[in-house]
Amino acid sequence: MNAFEIVNLSRRDFLKAGAGLTLGIAVPDALAQMAGPGQGGGSASAAGTFEPNAFVRIGTDNTVTVIVKHLEMGQGTFTGLPTLVAEELDADWSQIRAEGAPADASRYNNLFMGAVQGTGGSTAMANSYEQMRKAGAAARAMLVAAAAERWKVAPDSITVTRGAVMHPPSNRRASFGQLAASAAKMPVPQEVKLKDPKDFALIGRRTPRTDTRAKSNGTATYTQDVKLPGMLTALVAHPPRFGGKPKSFDAEKAKAVKGVVDVVAIPQGVAVLANDFWSAKKGRDALAVEWDESGAFKLGSAEIMAEYRALAATPGLPARKEGDPAGALARAAKTLEAAYEFPYLAHACMEPMNCVVKLSADACEIWNGEQFQSIDQPEVAAVLGMKPEQVKLNMLYAGGSFGRRANPHADYVVEAVQIAKAHAEKGGGRVPVKLVWTREDDMRAGSYRPMYYHALKAGLDAQGNIIAWQHRIVGQSILGGTVFEGMMVKDGIDATSVEGAANLPYAVPNLGVDLHSPRMGVPVQWWRSVGSTHTAFSTETFLDELALAAGKDPYQVRRALLAKSPRHKTVLEMAATESDWTTPLVSARVGERRGRGIAVHESFNTVVAQVAEVTVRRDGSWRVDRVMCAVDCGVAVNPDVIRAQMESGIVYGLTAAMYGAITLKDGVVEQSNFHDYMPLRMNEMPRIGVYIARSNEKPTGVGEPATPVIAPAVANALFAATGKPIRSLPIRLQA
Amino acid sequence: MTTLNVNGKGVSVDADADTPLLWVLRDHLNMTGTKYGCGMALCGACTVHVNGQPARSCSTPLSAAVGKRITTIEGVGQTKEGKALQSAWVENDVPQCGYCQSGQIMSAAALLVKIKRPTDAEIDGAMSGNVCRCGTYNRIRVAIRTAGRNVK
Repeated sequence: MNAFEIVNLSRRDFLKAGAGLTLGIAVPDALAQMAGPGQGGGSASAAGTFEPNAFVRIGTDNTVTVIVKHLEMGQGTFTGLPTLVAEELDADWSQIRAEGAPADASRYNNLFMGAVQGTGGSTAMANSYEQMRKAGAAARAMLVAAAAERWKVAPDSITVTRGAVMHPPSNRRASFGQLAASAAKMPVPQEVKLKDPKDFALIGRRTPRTDTRAKSNGTATYTQDVKLPGMLTALVAHPPRFGGKPKSFDAEKAKAVKGVVDVVAIPQGVAVLANDFWSAKKGRDALAVEWDESGAFKLGSAEIMAEYRALAATPGLPARKEGDPAGALARAAKTLEAAYEFPYLAHACMEPMNCVVKLSADACEIWNGEQFQSIDQPEVAAVLGMKPEQVKLNMLYAGGSFGRRANPHADYVVEAVQIAKAHAEKGGGRVPVKLVWTREDDMRAGSYRPMYYHALKAGLDAQGNIIAWQHRIVGQSILGGTVFEGMMVKDGIDATSVEGAANLPYAVPNLGVDLHSPRMGVPVQWWRSVGSTHTAFSTETFLDELALAAGKDPYQVRRALLAKSPRHKTVLEMAATESDWTTPLVSARVGERRGRGIAVHESFNTVVAQVAEVTVRRDGSWRVDRVMCAVDCGVAVNPDVIRAQMESGIVYGLTAAMYGAITLKDGVVEQSNFHDYMPLRMNEMPRIGVYIARSNEKPTGVGEPATPVIAPAVANALFAATGKPIRSLPIRLQA
Repeated sequence: MTTLNVNGKGVSVDADADTPLLWVLRDHLNMTGTKYGCGMALCGACTVHVNGQPARSCSTPLSAAVGKRITTIEGVGQTKEGKALQSAWVENDVPQCGYCQSGQIMSAAALLVKIKRPTDAEIDGAMSGNVCRCGTYNRIRVAIRTAGRNVK
């Protein structure tokens, strides 16, 4: 029996019990300790355990377990959220553990998403900042009350430092573990006072990540690693084109493969179930399926882009209008136009999508890199004819997501459930099923960042000031056809299609942004930084073209236009200073050209500026040498995690800028694996410097905002080096 | 039944000779530290050592592993290089999602056995077959240097 089964057998329902004090039940301490990070919330509690609220559990063994409502997918939330609790609890960092929360939106909803439980939009830290601190402060108050009663002293004469509760006048002290059982009997405080930031002991410092050790010795558990007794592994043959369906299939050869147990049809494909992955793979390879392509999407990328170009000739729906852009363009001394093209992008997480399902007569239990509980739970329930609360979701570590695991249709989770259900209905019994997508399945499954076409026009006056800006965007709506359409699509404008463009920070008096949202049969989804992935590129590279036309320095142009945006201006100046913006770059070799480019962009209330330095070799190949990145994300809760996320966003965005393109030919995705959808590798890494602006404002997110800035910074650097603007991604230098 | 030498122990598995070592480890021996990423030796997440050399286990059939010494992430901490690397990974908080890190450490361990103080170019050469989509490359480089200094 592995740790999984033990934890799951001892799982109990306290998390359904509503907020407030809940008392532990008696199971051995060792079981509680096995509920490490990523093993799902609501695991066993020992007798005497102190659970002041839905987020904190203090054991008699002196461990403090923080229940984290957000998915740990690399961004550091299993460290950041516990830091908030530990700060107000005055815990010692070494006693802190992190554990994923179960699906229960009444307690674990994202406070920025109303009643929705989910992780996304770089909101984890921002929405939890006060909630988690209050959870820690309430626990601290109850521990202090317990000590005061035990020692018969006034609560305000008690201090708490690094996990030690003390009464200095009498030299008495106790650990949290020693006080846990008594603290559980104290009244839960209605109001708590949070620390003055000047007293922070952990916030603002580097606290080591809670997940590093397990992720450095192979013991961290991902969905791919879950193994339940009797479990079958399922691979699915999907149609070659989006919208295709299985018409008929011949399972004879597949079933003849040793280890294959069953072949079942599901709405969007045919699944092969086997005792292990390799048998399932061989079974799938042997499967013959005839597809019904009557409803399949058959356009290629070239045809799609041609449609978008044609659409861009006509006005779209208005997303923003200031002044009179058309009039200002007509009277401008000089006008410029540029069009930009962006491909579909796959998320390509290191861990391809997968999901483990265990059905029983009246319940369904799921193990997953669970990012979107409020979608997955009802979607699964609908497939099974159950109530959402009959679906239990275990949140495991995710091997990356970048938006992918928060699928608005619960695509791969539903697929896993359909397979388990189909197998059970065929008489195979309710055995646990692990759906595994191969890299190829993952690459071709869709839910891509959409293709976009942007057309920009601007007018300069005689002094080179920008007096008009007209920005037209064409591309599929991500929210259209999802449950979020009603909430976030207003007057036909999907906010995620125009974010970063409609809120252009620059002081331009006549400004228009409009949008076409054509429908295409290719599934699309948010991809790390969503709309900003394309709007930051077109706006920030077009601005450099305008600066050149006006004979001005790109950095100084931005500074002047951002006079009333202090956060933008601050990070811009930091990045410029750190890169010695005014010092010319020197080429190392004859014939090499070097260039420096700057870009600044706000996403998810965080502002990031980057300066990229590039070298273009004589043969036209190029590399990014160095990136200086400045960020304003409010209070820097953990500067090292912020640095890591800036580095991460830069690599993710740079990969897309250099290589990223999913293309279709006659409706078939042309890429399949890392040889034709290339990731950036170690030998291509730039040096990266990260600088964090001082701030006392509430923290904002850091998972996404570095991503959209790097492509325009690099493109502007290449423009500076070569004199040729970059207007489509991935970057291909013209000879 | 096939007998393998994994992390210094003899183990028996009942799998076809063409089964990749990756799936033998994961599905037959329940050693899940070695990860599946691409199945085509393109990403390095499945890296193990075969007779001390880094090998992509997703593309190494069981038949090619018989009679060889196989070391995985579960066993590499028993070597001085592996131990130093795991400590350096912790010290530098290298992992983010962590899914590629077993393979990164295995590639790095094979490098340090050969070269105690690798240059940047040598690190690039040894590590560029290992993909990290979270972009931890610069920290990996620092951690390899840290570990190199600490290997006695």
